[in-house]
Amino acid sequence: MSHAAIAGTRTERDRSSLHGARLPRWSPYAIALGAAALAVLVGTLAGLHSRIQWGLIAAALFVLGLYGASARVEGLRRAKDRLATSLVWAAFLLAVVPLVSLIWTTLTCGVKVLDVHFLTHSMGVVADTEPGGGIYHAIVGSLQQVGLATLIGAPIGVLTAIYLVEYGRGRLARAVTFFVDVMTGIPSIVAGLFILSLMLILKMQPFGFAGSLALAILMMPVVVRSTEEMLKLVPNELREASLALGVPKWRTILKVVLPTSIGGITTGVVLAVARIAGETAPVMLLVFGNPFINNNPFEGAQASLPLYIYQQYANSAGSGAAYDRAWAASLTLIAFVMLLNLGARGIARWKAPRTGR
Amino acid sequence: MAKRIDVSGLTAYYGSHKAIEDISMTIEPRSVTAFIGPSGCGKSTFLRTLNRMHEVTPGGRVEGKVLLDSEDLYGAGVDPVAVRREVGMVFQRPNPFPTMSIFDNVAAGLRLNGRYKKSELADIVEKSLRGANLWNEVKDRLHKPGAGLSGGQQQRLCIARAIAVEPKVLLMDEPCSALDPISTLAIEDLIGQLKQRFTIVIVTHNMQQAARVSDRTAFFNLAAVGKPGRLIEIDDTERIFSNPSVQATEDYISGRFG
Repeated sequence: MSHAAIAGTRTERDRSSLHGARLPRWSPYAIALGAAALAVLVGTLAGLHSRIQWGLIAAALFVLGLYGASARVEGLRRAKDRLATSLVWAAFLLAVVPLVSLIWTTLTCGVKVLDVHFLTHSMGVVADTEPGGGIYHAIVGSLQQVGLATLIGAPIGVLTAIYLVEYGRGRLARAVTFFVDVMTGIPSIVAGLFILSLMLILKMQPFGFAGSLALAILMMPVVVRSTEEMLKLVPNELREASLALGVPKWRTILKVVLPTSIGGITTGVVLAVARIAGETAPVMLLVFGNPFINNNPFEGAQASLPLYIYQQYANSAGSGAAYDRAWAASLTLIAFVMLLNLGARGIARWKAPRTGR
Repeated sequence: MAKRIDVSGLTAYYGSHKAIEDISMTIEPRSVTAFIGPSGCGKSTFLRTLNRMHEVTPGGRVEGKVLLDSEDLYGAGVDPVAVRREVGMVFQRPNPFPTMSIFDNVAAGLRLNGRYKKSELADIVEKSLRGANLWNEVKDRLHKPGAGLSGGQQQRLCIARAIAVEPKVLLMDEPCSALDPISTLAIEDLIGQLKQRFTIVIVTHNMQQAARVSDRTAFFNLAAVGKPGRLIEIDDTERIFSNPSVQATEDYISGRFG
């Protein structure tokens, strides 16, 4: 056997061990198309009318088909890889479908009456069953209640987290952690009832700030948890570097630890704000709702967006106008929460430690 | 301005675990003292007791005396923060503050302590960066983030940051172990210059480095895993590397140990 022939067989064998057979790039798409077509066929033949059933059948056929094809051509390891990939994608789609559907429905139903008039007028002179009116009073109420709740809940939450991460040792820290965990699980109605019982003892009428207090209770544990995680991410080396320069601990926390984690902390606070902005139960108990504009959160019933949505739906008596207003208010609320989230991302990016490269 | 350190009968614990036991030595001012020894023998722990950074670790506590020019660092009423202003430290991994620019990193010690005049700050920063042989490389980008520098530059930035507060003693915990040979050379040259002004203590795993930079060398060892580390001997570097008085030192230095 000549030298060249030996070299030839060797390269061929090397190639076969390094280059396994692969399905062509387009094959997943082709299998997806085939699965969809087959699912429609099977669905019609079996007399299934629901698109959801068709979709599920198509998804199952796609996963099985791709696995089978891959196992035949590429071998079992790649087939398992493709199976896992398709399952992950399926889970992702399952999670996204409700979100997209919800936003789409709210958008299409909400834009009907959402205009400047709607945003700048209250329901003061409009009966719930009539068209017209707006959500100005609810926006004012929501902003004030959520704003005050944030002013109370965010600082307490952040300071608690600083205590737990930077100072907390032993029993007190364990107790605080435990109660924060318990607080995370408090249903919003219970927080509302807690404040309500105080109001009953003090013989008070519903007012906006009472709602803020309940919302602050709900917000605090969320802020503590997220801030704690962010503070733990700050490398210990930075704390030590600062301490070794002769900087006192409190200044180290203030000037090194907090600036390093401020982006994440802000994101956590904003997400907590977004969470309480949609709370209905405590507001219903404590703030009561009010069709008129009330600019004073410390006296008299107020409206709020989630409560407005609920009341428009509950008091509509089948009136389309009330439904439209409820949808438009929902759209406003979702837009508000999304803007908050976008703002938080912006802050996180702006404040992120820079590498300068 | 460099100060002498006298350690006597120093024992350090992590909780109930005794990390180092009964260490006594004198560290001369305006000289470089190197600590060598196997991993886990307590070199870094001992170094951290010299500026009271040991007690920052949860459970860390210390018995014994550390005299800085006859003042006991562990005496009653001594403020650890004040101790750390006298005894600076450079860590193993470069750790510039990620939110600060190069300028702010060097100025951090002064700013965070509120001990400076605005007009002096720029001069001090320049002086410190020159002292750390970094000025020429960064003078045009002082307001860029410190984290954007290379590893060796970051370490020199940390040294500049440490010397900006004018400590009397500079502790270095394996300052070159994360760096390439060229950056290591730059830092070793720098140590040679800094010893004119400071008392320098350096922990190193690199015995050539100890031989190159230090005037005196201390060898630490531990009897067995889990046992506390001890000082075996301290002597002039030349003697330690040519004719040590303890057999264990010679075994370690020549690579015959265990």
